Amino acid sequence: MVTAVSTTRTHAVALLWILAVLTAMPASARSTVVPGSEAAGLGACVEPTELMRRQHMEFIKHQRDRTVHGGIRTSKHSLAGCVECHIGHDAQGQAVPIDRADQFCGACHAYVAVDLNCFDCHAAVPRGPMAGSLAEAARRAVDEAQHGQGAVQP
Amino acid sequence: MSERGTEIDRERRRLLGAAAGAGVALVAPAVVVRALETTPRDAPVDGRVRWGLAIDTAKCAAGCTACVDACARENGLDLQHPPEGAEPADWATQRAVWVRKVRLRDDQTGRETNLPLMCQHCEHPPCVDVCPTGASFKRADGIVMVDRHTCIGCRYCMMACPYKARSFIHEALSDQLSHVPRGKGCVESCNLCVHRRDFGLPSTACAEACAETGHGAILFGDLADPDSAISRFLASEPTRQIREDLALNTGVRYAGV
Repeated sequence: MVTAVSTTRTHAVALLWILAVLTAMPASARSTVVPGSEAAGLGACVEPTELMRRQHMEFIKHQRDRTVHGGIRTSKHSLAGCVECHIGHDAQGQAVPIDRADQFCGACHAYVAVDLNCFDCHAAVPRGPMAGSLAEAARRAVDEAQHGQGAVQP
Repeated sequence: MSERGTEIDRERRRLLGAAAGAGVALVAPAVVVRALETTPRDAPVDGRVRWGLAIDTAKCAAGCTACVDACARENGLDLQHPPEGAEPADWATQRAVWVRKVRLRDDQTGRETNLPLMCQHCEHPPCVDVCPTGASFKRADGIVMVDRHTCIGCRYCMMACPYKARSFIHEALSDQLSHVPRGKGCVESCNLCVHRRDFGLPSTACAEACAETGHGAILFGDLADPDSAISRFLASEPTRQIREDLALNTGVRYAGV
């Protein structure tokens, strides 16, 4: 019995500690984004978080058709934009592939056991002379959407 | 060069005009543009433009591979690695290539002609006809390309293409460029540097490299614009389509063949 009570007390203390730490931590650190990524410093993604969690695959699936067939590059649902904003860096400041099991895309997909095929073809880190332009286009689309300026391609 | 500049200005004006018409105020970017000054496309491509190439074989030098090399660098084709233990000869025929140098020899006279051969961006592309999934398609601005999202790697298009322009990616890759996705199991070919088109950048990698060598054998431009440099070249010089008997109305034309 003594042991059982002690275990319960340990659990209660641990729970209190967790609650205290969670309250003290800034919102960004509590989120699932990779610390140090650009996304970690932002309040919300290109859509409300709840929508992003459930429907990000729908957003990028519709966007890809507009980009591949229509050549539209000003979409806020750009995969290059995802990578640019959510990419993490190692101690040397090198970008870490976003589909790696400890990174933003890879960690969640590993947790839910869903194959992630985007990066079989797409660059998992920003790479090449156009990476900046691709990211800039996505950033500007997000900016315009958030400030309600003009009709932005979804 | 000056003609090429005119074309780009026209495209930029059209995009900027459309943006102003829609009442879009361009917000000064908070982040400094780290790479190139670009204008991303915000409206779907349409048939008012048809991109193409004109190649003057008289200016194409024997042994020069500037266009092939530039294409490889631009489109990440130089990042391919042979599978472990592959025979070099096998790899040479398997690796993806978008432009190849072809040498023609007239057996009667011994005259040799050199030319770069890439996807001919047909108006009636056989690769699109045979594709079972719709992955092989022609964009409204005349660019024939592959939508890798729907490509199942059957390679019918490779068999159908009269120009041997398409390649299959046999090996898994991990160091793709952001602007050129590429993965095992899909077919690909020249897309007239589609990322440059969509971001309002001039020319193609091959035409640029050819001009830099001083040969200037490749002219890129809008076939639908009668005032473009390429249209004026085609209007004044005798040019041909390769395999014109197939009546594909190619977007790539050759002088001196």
